[in-house]
Amino acid sequence: MNRKSNVVRQRAERDLARLPEASLLALPRPRVVISVSNLSKTYASGFHALKDINLEIRRGEIFALLGPNGAGKTTLISIICGIINPGVGTVLADGHDIVTEYRAARFKIGLVPQELTTDAFETVWDTVSFSRRLFGRRANPGYIEKVLKDLSLWDKKDSKLITLSGGMKRRVLIAKALSHEPEILFLDEPTAGVDVDLRREMWQLVRALRASGVTIVLTTHYIEEAEEMADRVGVINQGELILVEDKAELMHKLGRKRLILHLEGSLECIPSALAAHALELAAGGTELVYTYDPHDEQTDITALLGDLYKADIRFKDLRTKQSSLEEIFVSLLREERR
Amino acid sequence: MNLHAVGAIYRFEMARAARTLLQSIVSPVISTSLYFVVFGAAIGSRITEIGGVSYGAFIVPGLIMLMLLTQSVSNAAFGIFFPKFSGTIYEILSAPVSYFEVVLGYVGAAATKSIILGLIILATASLFVPFGIAHPAWMLVFLLLTAVTFSLLGFIIGIWADNFDKLQLVPLLIITPLTFLGGSFYSVDMLPPFWQTVTLFNPVVYLISGFRWSFYDIADVSVGASLTMITVFLGLCLALVGWIFKTGYRLKA
Repeated sequence: MNRKSNVVRQRAERDLARLPEASLLALPRPRVVISVSNLSKTYASGFHALKDINLEIRRGEIFALLGPNGAGKTTLISIICGIINPGVGTVLADGHDIVTEYRAARFKIGLVPQELTTDAFETVWDTVSFSRRLFGRRANPGYIEKVLKDLSLWDKKDSKLITLSGGMKRRVLIAKALSHEPEILFLDEPTAGVDVDLRREMWQLVRALRASGVTIVLTTHYIEEAEEMADRVGVINQGELILVEDKAELMHKLGRKRLILHLEGSLECIPSALAAHALELAAGGTELVYTYDPHDEQTDITALLGDLYKADIRFKDLRTKQSSLEEIFVSLLREERR
Repeated sequence: MNLHAVGAIYRFEMARAARTLLQSIVSPVISTSLYFVVFGAAIGSRITEIGGVSYGAFIVPGLIMLMLLTQSVSNAAFGIFFPKFSGTIYEILSAPVSYFEVVLGYVGAAATKSIILGLIILATASLFVPFGIAHPAWMLVFLLLTAVTFSLLGFIIGIWADNFDKLQLVPLLIITPLTFLGGSFYSVDMLPPFWQTVTLFNPVVYLISGFRWSFYDIADVSVGASLTMITVFLGLCLALVGWIFKTGYRLKA
């Protein structure tokens, strides 16, 4: 059976190779660029790092993988990139099995690791050129120059890595990962320890990469980062992928809204006349917070305002606040622990 | 085959040697010169010829082998240990390269460096003592086989070591003593009968004997035995490297 399917595949590849380039460009490309099926990983210590992960990353999207420390984010991307032995299950990168067709699979992938690991005494130019050749690409000074210029590293091209700041080293790692023109870029905590300005620059860079057709998978602790950039979000906790959702959809579905009333005076407790409403006191009793689901056809706001009037509780200002991705993330993890 | 990757690793390693020229080339040459001064001139002048060869000339192959073994091991061990230590190994592991290509790059560079060093020491020796090479082609064969085999051993040590102490442990406690006791400075015939038998269990004896044969046509053991031993050792190292990559031992969790 296997031999037969191999022969079929070889024939298909041969036929594909015979097609003129224009025809190849016209072929529709699969929508899924990374496919993880039933992936589990147990380390030699017995630690069960990943439990039956199923995940599909779509071509051209920015996918953010969120999770607390030790959740399995780095293990997952390390397996996809070939750094850690896969356990049970299969992973395909652009249709290539990462074990049996590791060359084709890895050729498609670039990885920016979490740690700032660089060869201290190499120059920026040499280390980026080294990465390109390591991934089987012919030397192309013009392309390396473009990458370095895009990352504002051109004036540092002859500097030794040991002389660069942390932010510059992070850019060098990105340049190395992009040196072989990958179609999929993994960014493991790309802005960890990076100042606010540089973080925003990185976000711009990631968006520009996505615009050029690169699929981005990033792990992050900064929920703000995922909220800012991601198209879809995956939440992993204790080795389990607890949800994968379109970010906007997730915020729409799980997001709550809060009505915050700034009182003219302060309250010590919620008056019994308002007990029917889900209210909380905040800011030392000077704010009443009412949490509601904005998608409900009927909210309790009108009744609440009526009851406030009757109870002679006056307020000087009011505002509403949509819950952030961070709040959604925290509540998801809290539910998961229960 | 990803020849670009092999070339990249090879050139990276050679560039590292060029950056540390003092440590890579000058230091071994100075220490070999000191051996010639002490053993060749000071002590050697009081020792009679061995197998019709002056003592100064007799120790030339042994000294080259001493440097070749230690440098092959340390070059290859450091070459693969440092990316592990610094974390840059992630790039090698995630690249579209086969294990064979990785070994070819690292071991090829380490062997090249030690062969260059061996030839420099050979040239240095000619400044101290006159000597000839009876079988130059075989001399190069022994040089190449030994450099490759011990570079493979160094590569294995570099993967096994998880700290700098372990990196030095095998070269200092095993390779150097075996080389000194392997006939670098004496002929096995000069030992008492019991130690002549014991020394035959030292694999380095066969390497030095074969190498010395290529210079002076004299050997402690047969050339065939020397070639067999080095081939067996090469096979063992290759098998071990193959196992390391198959299992990901100390490379992949």
